[in-house]
Amino acid sequence: MCQDCGCGDVNLVPIDVQMRILSRNEDVAAHNREHFRKRGILSVNLMGSPGSGKTAVLEATARALGGAQLGAVAGDLATDNDARRLQAAGIRSRAITTGQACHLDAEMVHHAMHHFDLDGIEVLFIENVGNLVCPAVYDLGQAVNVVALSVTEGEDKPLKYPTMFAKADMVLLTKVDLLLHLPRTRIGAIEESLRQVMPDPQIIWISAYEGVGVDRWAEWLQQQKKRLALERLEEVTA
Amino acid sequence: MHEYSIVQSLVDSVEKAVWRTGNPACPGGQDPARPGGQDPACPDRQDCLSSTVHRIHVRIGDVSGVDAGLLATAYEVFRTGTRCEWAEMVIERVPARWECPRCATVIAAGRALRCPSCDQPARLAAGDEIVLQRIELEVP
Repeated sequence: MCQDCGCGDVNLVPIDVQMRILSRNEDVAAHNREHFRKRGILSVNLMGSPGSGKTAVLEATARALGGAQLGAVAGDLATDNDARRLQAAGIRSRAITTGQACHLDAEMVHHAMHHFDLDGIEVLFIENVGNLVCPAVYDLGQAVNVVALSVTEGEDKPLKYPTMFAKADMVLLTKVDLLLHLPRTRIGAIEESLRQVMPDPQIIWISAYEGVGVDRWAEWLQQQKKRLALERLEEVTA
Repeated sequence: MHEYSIVQSLVDSVEKAVWRTGNPACPGGQDPARPGGQDPACPDRQDCLSSTVHRIHVRIGDVSGVDAGLLATAYEVFRTGTRCEWAEMVIERVPARWECPRCATVIAAGRALRCPSCDQPARLAAGDEIVLQRIELEVP
């Protein structure tokens, strides 16, 4: 190889690795998932842009279901405002302040769980950092992925961030009360964008402000809880 | 921009792979009971674990959520002082492929992700990879 400097040739030996680069995160996520599953807790990874209405949806959920059975950890770069809002709404909450990190990872959730009393909690919301890119990459150990998408964000938003929406089990189309003021926004076009990036689009129109759609959302959560309970039952009796 | 944390995980993965392999030229490395570098009693253990990584090959899917260009930039910045300091990174991008889970028809880009004939929700068959595929070690 090298003819000039006398450094001696080296042999290159290829090693087949085939390792998932995020395998460590995936291991911790699997541990979290098992932790929630054993306790019969439905864990929901709630994602969306900054300002898409994630916290408002959770406040409305507490009004519909009662806060007692709900828990939340809220990821935020710099404040614990969201966790305090949720606490005020009756949801047992804890902030995860990420500093400069643009997403939550499984380790952060795991660490938060060390300081979180899950007694009596049936649904645990993990409110991710407001961001449509990075959170899609990190499994947290959730049972379901939910994305809040507000009608003011543009009809083609899902096409711009396909990874986030492809992984969503449910999209909450939020702030639909604002449609009255948005003559150029066609909700059908948003739904068409979602069909191009989601294989099985589940969509609920929501206005947290007016309480529209919250009952359907609460019902969907109950269905997911039942599905989890059934899965556990089948496992136990198998 | 989460590519920095991806690079950290990537460097960890490379480190793990080198540890697992040791020095392929080490006689102990060929012995499954005594993989090179992992036997604390081996006098050449340090040599085994100091193999230089020459090149790494990663596969990044187009819908993995990782941007190949940003990953390459982040890698250049953050590999200094790590096992990957001298290792060139080759990125193979994997296009997204959505298929019908029943008849395996591939859904064309820009179409609804549902099989036109079976009406089944499509399944992502490729394109979400974030994988360290192969490394090349320098062996004297």
